[in-house]
Order: sequence, then C-alpha cells, then structure tokens
Amino acid sequence: MNYHWNWHIFFEPDPSGAGTYLDMLLAGLLLTIETALFAWVIALVLGSIVGVLRTLPSKAASWFGFAYVEFFRNMPLLVQLFLWFFVLPEILPRAWGLWLKQLPHAAFYTAGIGVGLFMSARVAEQLRAGIGSLPRGQKMAATALGLTTAQVYAYVLLPMAFRIILPPLTSEFLSTIKNTAVAITIGLMELTGEARSMQEFSFQVFEAFTAATVMYLMINVVVVTFMRLLERAAAIPGYIAGK
Amino acid sequence: MFANFDFDVIRRSLSYLFIDGMTFTLTLTALAALGGLIFGTLIALMRLSGLALLGRIAGLYVDFMRSLPLVLVIFWFYFLVPYIGQWLTGASRPIHVGAFASSLVTFIMFEAAYFSEIMRAGIQSISKGQPAAAQALGLTYSQTMRYVVLPQAFRNMLPVLLTQTIVLFQDTSLVYVLSIPDFLGAASKVAQRDGRLVEMYLFAALVYFTISCFASFGVRRLEARIAIVR
Repeated sequence: MNYHWNWHIFFEPDPSGAGTYLDMLLAGLLLTIETALFAWVIALVLGSIVGVLRTLPSKAASWFGFAYVEFFRNMPLLVQLFLWFFVLPEILPRAWGLWLKQLPHAAFYTAGIGVGLFMSARVAEQLRAGIGSLPRGQKMAATALGLTTAQVYAYVLLPMAFRIILPPLTSEFLSTIKNTAVAITIGLMELTGEARSMQEFSFQVFEAFTAATVMYLMINVVVVTFMRLLERAAAIPGYIAGK
Repeated sequence: MFANFDFDVIRRSLSYLFIDGMTFTLTLTALAALGGLIFGTLIALMRLSGLALLGRIAGLYVDFMRSLPLVLVIFWFYFLVPYIGQWLTGASRPIHVGAFASSLVTFIMFEAAYFSEIMRAGIQSISKGQPAAAQALGLTYSQTMRYVVLPQAFRNMLPVLLTQTIVLFQDTSLVYVLSIPDFLGAASKVAQRDGRLVEMYLFAALVYFTISCFASFGVRRLEARIAIVR
C-alpha cells in the first residue's frame, strides 16, 4: 500500500483554526450523543403511546397505531429526513415555512425529530410485543380488582412490559445512535460528518475514519455495559432472565 | 397546497427515475441480499462450528459491523476498496472501482453481519436430533449442512430474511452520500436541476412507501402460508 499514514494529523490545527482535528471529531461525537438522546426521548414517548394504542380493544385506536407504524417503517430514514427538512417548510403556510427555515440549528432539530419519529415506530412494535407476551390473566385479574383501563396499563401491564423489553430496547437505542449518522445528508456535523470533512481537508482518509470508528465502538461499549447493569437490576424474578 | 405543484416534472423524468435509478436500486438490493445471505450463512456456520478461534473471529466481525453506522461503512469501503483491489491484483496503484461495484461490496459485507444473525437463529432453532440422525446415516458435515440443516433453517427464517431485504432496499438509498444515481439519487438530481424539491421528494417517498408496503404485505402472506404446524 502506498498510502501515506500520518497519525499526528489529529494534533494539527483544523481548517477553522480554532482547534485541532481531534477537537473537531470530539465536537462531532458530542453532537452525535446529543442528537441521539433527543431522538431517543421522542422515540420512547411516542413509541410508548402508539404501542399502547395498538393493544387497546378499540378498533380505531389500534388501526391508528397500525397506520402510524406502517407509515414510519416503510420509508427510508433518509427520505423521511428530506421530507421534514426540504418539503415540510414548503407545503406549510408561507409564514410558518419561513419561520422554520430561519430556525437556528434546523439540522439538529430535524435530525432529532426525524430519527425520533422513525425509531418510535420500532419502539411501538417492541412494546406491543412486550404487552402481548404477558399472560392474559394479568389484565383480567387487574380488571377484576376494579382497576380502570388506564390503571391496568399504568400499574400492571406497562411496568411488566417495559422490564421484559429492556434488552430489545437496548438495541433500538444503539440503532438510534447509528441512525443519527444519516443526518449528514441534511448538513448535521455529527461524528460521521466531522470525519468526512476531516478527510476532505486533510486527505488523511483512513486516520479520520479509524478515529470515528473507534469512537462509535466506545459509545457502543458504554451503552451496552450500562444497559446490562440496568437489565440485571430490572429483570423480573421468575423469568429466565431473572434471578 | 397543491396549487403550484408541477406534476409534469415527475412525468418528464419518469424514464430516468425508473430505468436508470430504480434499476440501480433493485439490482443492488438483489445482489447484496444474495451475497449477504451467502457470506452471512458462512459466518453463522463459523460461529456455530465449535472451533473457538473461528467462532471468535466471526463473532467479532458481526459485533464490529453492527456497531457502526451504515453511512460510515459506505465511506470506509468507498475509499478502501481501491486499495483492496490493488492488493488483490498486485497493481502498482490503487485500482479504479466504479460506483456500483463499490456499493455492492459495501452492502454485501455490511448485510452479511445482519443475515448471519438471522441464519444463526435459524440453525439454532432446529432440533439436535436432525444433525444427529444425518450423521448416523453417514452424511459428512458438509452434507449434513447442505441437505438437512440449512434448507430447514432457510425455510424457517425466510420471512425474517425477506423483511431484512426490505430494510436493505430502503438502506440502499444511503448511497446518496456518494452522489450515486440510485432511485433517490436520481430524484434528487432532477429536484436540484429543476428546483422542484417538493414534488420529487414527495414522489420518491411515495414510491418507496408503496413498494415496501406491498413487499411487507407479501411477506406476511407468505409467513402465514409456509408456517409449519407442529
């Protein structure tokens, strides 16, 4: 290989002159984490609501949940981000569209909301599966005790279901982090975006991408380690995962 | 809101969108699914081989690929494939690799990690009596796998494999970051040339949505039909 390696590149000043290339990548890492957390909050909240809707006896509620999940699952994330970023401001009333376009950090909000909505459909499916996996008797017993539907969900079904689906939620969270990289297409300078721009300015392709790769691996290790602890603490006694 | 829509821009670019763009997308999806399945099955067999070293290597590969965003992997291979080609052919300079070949290699290597997990689950779902019976009949390891285990694993996992292929179909849109004219890339080129972002992106979204919806509907039908009653 006649590639010219230069690992010292990370400590050389970046084109903005404000810091080194390493600072540039670290800023990207921070933005990746921020975007992912923002998206994850949206995904959890909306995903929980839609997941519950899909299990309700009401035909209309479960149909709405079904339509919601199908809508966000059957389009590539990239296309969804384009819809929110390029199309939405144009089809809204003019004043709203202008306001949206002038919003500072538009790429960050679009990425957070776009990835959040995309992932919320997946969270909804996991939660539906979790609620579905509970024995029928739980819901019946709760109803027999005189609990209202809202109370059945709040005190009986959801606490159990969330503990059961914690492991798949871990992988959904990891997907959320990875999916923020798609926002490079709407100009969000997250980790992949910063690595790409470092490659363009410094011509050190493999150093830039190696550093980004290592950072993604580190995020993964941290999240997995933390979630394993949480999963162990939350495991339900009597289940295979429990003690 | 549709008052100043220019539907004609879609009609004018239909042949470019579908004959150039969609052909690229579908060919890439089909070949990457096939390649990913073959490599994925090999990786799954390595993990289940019982040989510690092979299993570790396969496991590391899968975990590594699954920790990285696809966009980053696309960039990696885009720059790496010319060097790999140079190394393989012994050329004096990094060889020139076309957009299609580069993205095909990327998607095969990336999807192999995901397909291997599906095939692993499929192989593990088969009862131990099956390979034991095959060996008792005198079949070699390779015969056991080819005639007994893999066909059943493949059949059991067919719906999941097809669902993963639908995800792959949607993911191929990410070659956009390399400015490759796949379906979305073609739509985007027209959109920017004619200043018609709204029409083109809405149309692209509609096309992806329709294809994915029909495909997942088909997978659900298939799942109900091929379910083995035990």
